[in-house]
Amino acid sequence: MKRRQVSRRGFLKSTGGLVVSFSFSAPISQLLAQSPDLPAVEPEATQLDSWLAVAQDGSVTVFTSKVELGTGIETALAQIVADELDVPFQKIQMDWGDTAKSVDQGMTVASRTLERAGPQLRQAAAAARQQLLKLAAAKLEASAEQLTVRDGVVSVAGNQAKKVSYGDLIGGKRFNLKIIATGEGWDMKVAPEARAKDPKEYKIVGTSVPRIDLPPKFTGEYTYIQDVRIPGMLHGRVVRPAVVNSKPSSIDESSIRHLAGVVKVVQQENFVGVVAETEWAAIQAARALKVTWSPPAEKLPANKDELDAYLKTTKSVIDMNPVKKGNVDEALSSASRTFQATYRWPFQLHGMLGPSCAVADVRADRATVWTGTQAPFMTRDKLATLLGLPKKNVRVIHKEAAGCYGRLEPDDVPEDAALMSRAVGRPVRVQWMREDEHGWSPKGPPHLISVRAGVDSQGKVIVWDYLDRSFPWTDARGVLLASRQVGLKPTDPGFPNGATSAGEVYQFANQKIAAQNLPWQTAGPIPLRTCNLRSPGQPARCFASEGFMDELASALGVDAVEFRLRYLGENKRLREVLVAAAQKAGWKERPSPAPSSAGPKLAGRGIAITDRAGAMVAAVAEVEVDKPTGKIAVKRITIAHDCGRIVNPDGVKNQIDGNVIQGVSRTLLEEVQFDATSVKSLDWKSYPIISFQNIPSIEIVLINRPEMEALGAGEPSIVPVPAAIANAVFDATGVRFREVPLTPERVLSALKSGPALNQRARS
Amino acid sequence: MARISLKVNGRSRVVDTDPSTPLLYVLRDDLGLNGPKFGCGLSQCGCCTVMLEGNAVRSCSIAVSNAQNRNITTLEGLGSVARPHRLQKAFIEEQAAQCGYCMNGMIMNAKALLDKNPHPTEAEIRRALDGILCRCGSHLRVIRAIQRAAV
Ligand code: FES
Ligand code: FES
Repeated sequence: MKRRQVSRRGFLKSTGGLVVSFSFSAPISQLLAQSPDLPAVEPEATQLDSWLAVAQDGSVTVFTSKVELGTGIETALAQIVADELDVPFQKIQMDWGDTAKSVDQGMTVASRTLERAGPQLRQAAAAARQQLLKLAAAKLEASAEQLTVRDGVVSVAGNQAKKVSYGDLIGGKRFNLKIIATGEGWDMKVAPEARAKDPKEYKIVGTSVPRIDLPPKFTGEYTYIQDVRIPGMLHGRVVRPAVVNSKPSSIDESSIRHLAGVVKVVQQENFVGVVAETEWAAIQAARALKVTWSPPAEKLPANKDELDAYLKTTKSVIDMNPVKKGNVDEALSSASRTFQATYRWPFQLHGMLGPSCAVADVRADRATVWTGTQAPFMTRDKLATLLGLPKKNVRVIHKEAAGCYGRLEPDDVPEDAALMSRAVGRPVRVQWMREDEHGWSPKGPPHLISVRAGVDSQGKVIVWDYLDRSFPWTDARGVLLASRQVGLKPTDPGFPNGATSAGEVYQFANQKIAAQNLPWQTAGPIPLRTCNLRSPGQPARCFASEGFMDELASALGVDAVEFRLRYLGENKRLREVLVAAAQKAGWKERPSPAPSSAGPKLAGRGIAITDRAGAMVAAVAEVEVDKPTGKIAVKRITIAHDCGRIVNPDGVKNQIDGNVIQGVSRTLLEEVQFDATSVKSLDWKSYPIISFQNIPSIEIVLINRPEMEALGAGEPSIVPVPAAIANAVFDATGVRFREVPLTPERVLSALKSGPALNQRARS
Repeated sequence: MARISLKVNGRSRVVDTDPSTPLLYVLRDDLGLNGPKFGCGLSQCGCCTVMLEGNAVRSCSIAVSNAQNRNITTLEGLGSVARPHRLQKAFIEEQAAQCGYCMNGMIMNAKALLDKNPHPTEAEIRRALDGILCRCGSHLRVIRAIQRAAV
């Protein structure tokens, strides 16, 4: 397979067709050597040429700042453009994530790319199609209404001999057409005046087009960020303190004098790194370098209990209260029965399988940086601040990293590479070691969630009071690791960790949902820094809200599906996924827990639902709990999924698989260990994730809504998985688990203390 | 530094390197073979897997000097997009990846398995690949791809 990319600048300079052509197997140095310099003009959103270009052979290059993170987004966006332009899918080339070649469409986060960038590119394509029809009308001496387009060839209806191709109309030339573009980032409206197709006419959208990026990923021919090499490049490794926020009080360079190939020990304020001729020399030097670090300037909670106490008692800095209905306290005191429970969620890791990596080439007045960032423009701006360069003199080029789930919104490593490159005056590639990634990457924050509810004498829920206490994302959009080490200070408490998936989908007469984020921002870097982790906060909040709904249903002796349907009101799409998942899983109506059974294995089923930014998901988990060992086997997860119009059904299924499997892993296994000064989970042994023997089978029901806009599928379906599993474990054992992960030790000790734990729910 | 002779994907190669260098860095940085990936450097993830004399091994944890003159096969040695190996073809047909970073480990370990056991059961596949980590959750598709390649 051969795919082409266009160097925008070369393209714009040339009058005749495409300039650059390479296959995945071409050495990356060749590719990169072509365009290390800065753009002559920065692409403007109001210029159609900023969005796409047609070559003489009719192929179309789409320029986007939205990046491939392994979800297949570039394939889905290409499908949208191909359909709108009426060109074959194979003719679309995606050129993504280069700040010199694209308009800032916002970060690739929150599974909102199809929802937001999809319409932006579709409208740009619609404007291009309109313009091409205008050109064709003049050339063919026909009115635009008489024209039809097929596979990039315009012809006059009823007279197929009169035709002209897109390539002949404009190939290699600029449209030079102003379009309207208002707003910024993912809120930008692009070419709203262009008339897009009726979705009923789509031929490519809605089909399982195979992913553009996959074949070379199976052969070693794909260029990940880890595979970028540029001429003259050196290798760097970071030397971080083992503990929070400390300073190198002395560095003993004689400790690495015996190593050949070391170029320089780079120190700037508290930042330390080593640059060497080879990767191995850099690794050895980083390990051997004797640095005396000052005692930690800050203390973390020393253990889980201290963290728990901190979460319980600390005054918040960010308060969210999205639902406030009726009078919760009055309703609770008038209720005939009340319930309450507390749920806990630990720090968890994104766990990118390949650690952070970037290549930086910093010169006196400019910098070019290749990295896996989810936010090329934000990364560019941060680098400009760090290096003291004007933004326009910094160019960030995205190359795909390992799947990152939010971790590369705060993309740290390009700063490391930039500091080292500047210090040695040559391009430097920096790859974090496994312990750097586990230890210093921002973590998904912990939660302490308390829920109360009350029912009237008829057993109807009349009040819901939900409070999530968690941490903001200290580093998501803020000052990154190396920047903090050189003395840049954060100016805010961090980004709010959200308040949804907290039971807001249910109609209760009195209802309060609040989320409080506690102070967690520190001036210097701490290894328990936080950021958004896949569907941030929602798996935890759903674990509590859907767990508690299950507690209520069980206490009232009502089937879990029936119970939820009573309170879902008119939410037709959510009702539909709930029923669809239950049907597909062969759900038998009865209250939980299951009638007790003899024997060492206890089987159970559980359900949970969510409305995640408009995407509706229901999950049914079927589990088997081994009484003697406490080991939970998740046998099967059934998902019903409605993310609006489906662009690529197989792509959605692939994403659901990923969400479910990662969800099972985070529910059963994952918890970051730490002490007062450092993170203790520094490898895959101390932070295990799921592997083949424990992967459940997965059943999927896709509900397509062609009349809606498409919504993303990269995150919604992880949200209900933890709750569904814990509900299934309750169904099997009669014991309610309100803390993740559900490790065998935890299960075993709870099974021993028996229903007592369960009683804690009742007031 | 020392001159070390390697036999990689059927070709003889000579590199001038520190003999203690893990094979992974030599393959990637000196020979430009990007198939094997760095994941942990600790023998814990499988990203760096290559075949050494027909056995799947973790190239992050073998000194290059220990691979001298032994037959090494990397992912590139199986096939290319233009001429994929039947395993690679099966992975394409099953669309068996998300980010794909783990795929070197998946395919190389699958190759080692099929070489010894051409018709593995699902349980045998799961056992053989247990410990080859994938953070994206492509496991079920990987199993299907291996089954497809096995028939
Ligand atoms: S990199 Fe070798 S096993 Fe992880
Ligand atoms: S596909 Fe991303 S780690 Fe396996």
